[in-house]
Amino acid sequence: MSATASAAPLLQAKDVVVEYGTRRKPNRVLHEVSLEIAPGECLGLVGESGSGKSTLGKAILGLVPVAGGSIAFDGRDITHASGRDRRALAADIQVVFQDPYGSLDPLMTVGDILAEPLATAGASRAEAKAVVGEMLDRVRLPKHVIDRYPSEFSGGQRQRIAIARALVRRPKLIICDEPVSALDLTTQAAILDLFIELQRDTGVSYLFVSHDLGVVRRVCHRVAVMYRGTIVETGDGEQVTGDPQDAYSRRLLMASPVADPALQAERREAWLALRGERAA
Amino acid sequence: MTSPLTENIDTRAGRRGSVFVRLLKRPAGAISFGILVLIVLVAVFAPLLAPYDPNFVDLSITRALPSPEHPLGGDTTGRDVLSRLIWGTQITLWGALVAIVTSLVIGVPSGLAAGYFGGATDRIGTWISDAVQSVPGMIILLIVGANTGNDFNLLMVTVGVFMAPGYFRLTRATVLAVRNEAYVDAAKVSGLSHARIMGRHVIRPVVAPIVIQSALTAGMAMGMQAGLQFLGIGGGTTPGWGAAMNEGFRVMRTDPLLLLWPSLALGISIAALAVLGSTLADVVSVTAPLPSRKARRARRAAERAAASGEPLAVTASTGAVAHAAVDSAVQIENLRVRYETADGEVEVVHGITLDVAPGEVLGIVGESGSGKSQTVFSVLDLLPKTGSYTADAIWIGGEDVTALGRRDRARLLGREIGYVPQEPMTNLDPSFTIGHQLTEPLRAVHGMSRADAKARALAMLERVGIADPPRVMRSYPHELSGGMAQRVLIAGAIAAKPSVLVADEPTTALDVTVQAEVLELLRELQQEYRMALVIVTHNFGVVADICDRVVVMRHGSIVEIGEVAQLFSAPEEPYTRELIAASLDGAESRAELDRAFALTGSAVAADDPTPGTSTTDTTDASTEADRKEVRA
Repeated sequence: MSATASAAPLLQAKDVVVEYGTRRKPNRVLHEVSLEIAPGECLGLVGESGSGKSTLGKAILGLVPVAGGSIAFDGRDITHASGRDRRALAADIQVVFQDPYGSLDPLMTVGDILAEPLATAGASRAEAKAVVGEMLDRVRLPKHVIDRYPSEFSGGQRQRIAIARALVRRPKLIICDEPVSALDLTTQAAILDLFIELQRDTGVSYLFVSHDLGVVRRVCHRVAVMYRGTIVETGDGEQVTGDPQDAYSRRLLMASPVADPALQAERREAWLALRGERAA
Repeated sequence: MTSPLTENIDTRAGRRGSVFVRLLKRPAGAISFGILVLIVLVAVFAPLLAPYDPNFVDLSITRALPSPEHPLGGDTTGRDVLSRLIWGTQITLWGALVAIVTSLVIGVPSGLAAGYFGGATDRIGTWISDAVQSVPGMIILLIVGANTGNDFNLLMVTVGVFMAPGYFRLTRATVLAVRNEAYVDAAKVSGLSHARIMGRHVIRPVVAPIVIQSALTAGMAMGMQAGLQFLGIGGGTTPGWGAAMNEGFRVMRTDPLLLLWPSLALGISIAALAVLGSTLADVVSVTAPLPSRKARRARRAAERAAASGEPLAVTASTGAVAHAAVDSAVQIENLRVRYETADGEVEVVHGITLDVAPGEVLGIVGESGSGKSQTVFSVLDLLPKTGSYTADAIWIGGEDVTALGRRDRARLLGREIGYVPQEPMTNLDPSFTIGHQLTEPLRAVHGMSRADAKARALAMLERVGIADPPRVMRSYPHELSGGMAQRVLIAGAIAAKPSVLVADEPTTALDVTVQAEVLELLRELQQEYRMALVIVTHNFGVVADICDRVVVMRHGSIVEIGEVAQLFSAPEEPYTRELIAASLDGAESRAELDRAFALTGSAVAADDPTPGTSTTDTTDASTEADRKEVRA
């Protein structure tokens, strides 16, 4: 199921510009960013805070307005989709946010949270119940959790609930916005395995936004590196996270510590050398 | 990380749906609620309860004093006071209800829309609200009264309109707070319409404050209504409390009781509503109960006595020491940390022992809930109010500090021990300049002169790699980046050249490139000053980068202690192995995983170190209770 770049893209962003601030004094956070995601593919988007990586995800979801360029999904232009068109896209594009605490309404039961997108789409109670049960199975949570509230779960379990909610409409694309960065290491590894397994089973595509090269190396087929609102490098996941070509990507890689004292000592030397070069 | 702590003492799960029950458990809540129920019952059953017709005139009881037939006596025109008060309850409550419903209907939806949509909707709504508030309500009420023949309902609707801005502002503020929550975004992405999002997700957090506000508003509406009637506006013929007060006021000197009864009725009602409102507010925002300081001290003393009688042996699972106590920079013996929660006491660190040599870099690693942060907070004596610790001894710089008083203990901070926190931004006071925050402790703690302190602060800022120290000294925290803020805090922590520097997840909130810079700085400073450095982290990359020795913690106990090289190359405990494997360095890439999958066809590669069914996965619940529930 590993995707090839030659397949017709599921999502195509072309020269996307996003500006915050006022109309008179705009602050441009995305500078003509372009990327493509094939069906069944996981595209990683790495960068530091403020690089614009999450903003691109929000632009695709319609949560921030696009000031220039275009976004096409399945051949349709969705750049400025709003109202009914945007709500219709809910069936195809879904999201998993970073914060497993803030992304679930604390006053709703898990069952209601998972059934809500289905009810909106006009599913009957029985249909919704069946789909919710299936998705809980998929994310490995027992069925009885539907009567409980989000506060009763740990971070990893909440993230499983958030993933199940993203899955209930059987979307073609899920925007994963730092979905594991708030989790413990062992939980993080298990959630990443879940993402991979779900992709194999359902053929869903991911735009996987993360600041962690190790994470994107694990789940992504291809990786794009973002720096100050621009994509500086795009390529095969192993290559970008192992032997990046761009100067910034290399600094990013060498700054990420590895869990091996000897290797880390080497990496630190390399990083110090890069830092010296840059200062010079 | 410090988040596990809040997770551990999260009591929301246990008190769901029981706000009403908890309200009644409080004496103030039960009494005020009881009084209000009584008042409502009196209003509803007024026709049955009132001994006489409220408007029946019996001239023989004009201004009569209380008697068995007329318990509260008669009024100026010979009507039974008790009956008039009972019937007056009806009109008073009805008036308050009309006013509240009016302001709810106007204030809440407009507040919801203003908070949710923002922009022009918000601006227009706020203008109107401000305009209504700036109009003198009493004058408008007089005009309305004069032009409608004192129509009581219309007057109360007008009162409601003037109270609507209160609801508008409350609703708007609450909605603004939840509007940017990720679950509202998630609802939008789920395809929900704006109306549905507002009705299902946004309005719920507003309900509790609205109920509280309504209790207070009801009291105010009753007061307004009585005031109007007192002035002779609205319901001259109806037996309202305000009208009775007006009448009593006129004969106050001769028959003071006639003023007393209606005033008492109104006063008790309004007080009950106010007490109910504030108790409700307390109940809704309740946190874990705080034990009194006295109780804590008594318990701690008792525990110390018990502990000294029966010294616990140091076992491998609780840690071990490598240096003599007086020679070590820090040595902790049998440390236990407990927290008060709504469900009683919870021990989060179970008697650990460890030490740090002078000039050594010790890493304390573990996942959330492992007790790693609690351990260093105990050493710093910075546990939150609900937490407390006991230890056989905590040696810092050759001195057992558990014997020291609070003040002596605090004096160690900044002299013997420096502390670098996890969140640089929240550890700087936004209303003071960096210069003030750096020089203040130097002057207060170390008795330096203003000029000396400034010179030292500038030198420290330069030392931690700040490019333009004089400019940074004049800056406020919001003008700095996260990395710069962390450098400033490090400068502050080492300004007094402490022998131990404790860093709690110092780089977790920072980007990796900034993290590398901060780690490099810590390494340089540690070598330059020959400080002992204790670094709490969940990141094994950070451990590999900077630490000499590592303590691995889990669920409040020490799993393994070892030299860094040995711990990474040959970890003894399976849990340590699992943690190192989970850090993804050297793990298979997606391409490798997919190739293995294509060959075997299995769901997850067989040699995967952390398959989805790992024990730490679905059982990573935050509390014991959670764990049981999810396993069940």
